Amino acid sequence: MAEVKLTNVNKVYSNGAHAVRGVNMEIADGEFIVFVGPSGCGKSTLLRMVAGLETVTEGDLFIDENRINDVSPAERNVAMVFQNYALYPHMTVRGNMSYGLKNRGDSKEEIEQKVIAAAKTLHIEDFLDRQPNQLSGGQRQRVAMGRAIVRNPKVFLFDEPLSNLDAKLRVQMRIEIKKLQRKMGVTSIYVTHDQTEAMTLADRLAVINNGQIEQMGKPIELYKDPKTLFVASFIGSPQVNLLLVQYDGKFLKSGSLEIGGFEGLPIAEELVLGLRPEHLRIDDQGKLTMKIDLVEQHGADNLIYGSLEGAKNEDGDDLELCLRLNQDQEPSIGDTIKLSYDHSNALVFNKETGNRLI
Amino acid sequence: MLKLSWHAISGHLILILGAIFMTAPVWVAFMSSTHSAETLFREGLQAWPGGHFFENYNEVLFVEGGVMKRVTASMMLWNSLLLGIGFAIGKVVISTLAAYAIVYFRFRLATPLFWIIFMTLLLPLEVRIIPSYEVVAGMGLLDTHTGLILPLIASATGTFYFRQFYKSVPEELLEAARLDGANAWQFFIDILIPISKTMIAAILIIMFVVGWNQYLWPLIMTTNEDNYTLVIGIKQIYQVLSEGGELPQFQKAYALTILATLPPVIVVLVFQSWFVKGLVESEK
Repeated sequence: MAEVKLTNVNKVYSNGAHAVRGVNMEIADGEFIVFVGPSGCGKSTLLRMVAGLETVTEGDLFIDENRINDVSPAERNVAMVFQNYALYPHMTVRGNMSYGLKNRGDSKEEIEQKVIAAAKTLHIEDFLDRQPNQLSGGQRQRVAMGRAIVRNPKVFLFDEPLSNLDAKLRVQMRIEIKKLQRKMGVTSIYVTHDQTEAMTLADRLAVINNGQIEQMGKPIELYKDPKTLFVASFIGSPQVNLLLVQYDGKFLKSGSLEIGGFEGLPIAEELVLGLRPEHLRIDDQGKLTMKIDLVEQHGADNLIYGSLEGAKNEDGDDLELCLRLNQDQEPSIGDTIKLSYDHSNALVFNKETGNRLI
Repeated sequence: MLKLSWHAISGHLILILGAIFMTAPVWVAFMSSTHSAETLFREGLQAWPGGHFFENYNEVLFVEGGVMKRVTASMMLWNSLLLGIGFAIGKVVISTLAAYAIVYFRFRLATPLFWIIFMTLLLPLEVRIIPSYEVVAGMGLLDTHTGLILPLIASATGTFYFRQFYKSVPEELLEAARLDGANAWQFFIDILIPISKTMIAAILIIMFVVGWNQYLWPLIMTTNEDNYTLVIGIKQIYQVLSEGGELPQFQKAYALTILATLPPVIVVLVFQSWFVKGLVESEK
């Protein structure tokens, strides 16, 4: 049980790379925080700084009221689950789980008791005497989590723990991690580049880009109310449709396309209009005309891809648009349809700064 | 059918010839060691067993001989074993530690140091034998087991192998151990050594054979017959043979040769499965 606080944390590597830039964050007791961002954005570095595996160049880290910048990883009382599990290959599952406790000086009976309890929680009590190479990927993942929970740490750290699993198992483990975290109530930080994982697991989500936190908040807030173009394009699957536009005082213009209904935008500046696939709908009175190239059937809904007439992307080609329909609406390839959009959900950004205007 | 069997026969013929070619000298040496000195002197090498097996081996192993009349083969066997085992263990200990330092402690000179160690691969013992002798003599270690083993145990080859292996160990293993509260020493003993045990076994076996077969260094180092190794002993016996006025004791020389080949053969036979595993296995 612990609160974690980061104040103005920076990381500069000896080669000059500035991996983390002035991160401030407060994590409440028992909260599940997810760091999400593209690879190389500094999210793993930030996690590893909390773990004590990377030094902090500038700024302070606190767990509860204690500054832990110079505390060794073991004494921070955090536990980490690694992407490749990092199980000790020569030890049995029992050995793997008890190694940390042994180093801490717990008594034999105590260790055995804790290991059994943790193994039961994770349903791995039948494998305790096996070695990691006799286990499947999912079982190894459980052992890695067992090694983390057996120590009853103040903070759980997860470094892309599910990316080595197949899709089905990933979904299943995701749910289990969430349940386990709820049950144990341990403050957790989870790093992933998978936005679905991020959305589903997080109490609060931190989108990290270029070493900085772009935005932090509840997943649905980030989805509905992104502060920047980066957050809007990163959160949501399929990605938000982005149209390069300019405002002439009355219309947003892209090529020959004119989109009305917006007010108070800066004139003659490069803007980006974001329309999420689910906010577009077929409407014979609609202003947008789309020619369908591809229909993806996902069961519950259909994703329609096509080119938007009039609008051009940066290369001068017709703009690709994606639209989400429910399963009974299934236009065929080659059809031309009219679309209208949900005005209240449209997002407008300044292209250069990436900041949201509407 | 006929064609196939011809194929098989010719193949086997070649293999049998090869096997005979390889084993015949050993066979002849072994058989000759079971004859009396007179038979060998009169009739030359023997291809079939004679009646003096127990007599000859007993004499070689337990009757004191040599210039001072104090050396027995069992003593030399013991010395050789000490040299082989000490050499192998010493090399493994030194090279695992050296590789550990180079790979896991990122001090400034790690890479240049490694290349310096690597370059010493190019320098055989013979090049540095006189300075080494000087140093050992200066330390008063001539004619001791320590002096025999210590100067040989630094191993560029071993360090190189272990370095490559440690580099292939995932970084996360070290990080997991750090989070589990292991210090540098515990990580080495609890994690790194156990996961490299097949590798260690392979190096131990190779180094045991190399140590066992050391010739030049023990020859220079040992003046006291008590410290002779088997390989030196064989050489001494041949020397006596060519000088002495007595009937040449060829049967003893052969017996000694057979004794000298036995331990390495046993070690390799017993540990060969480990040995192969260590060379081909890559840890997951």
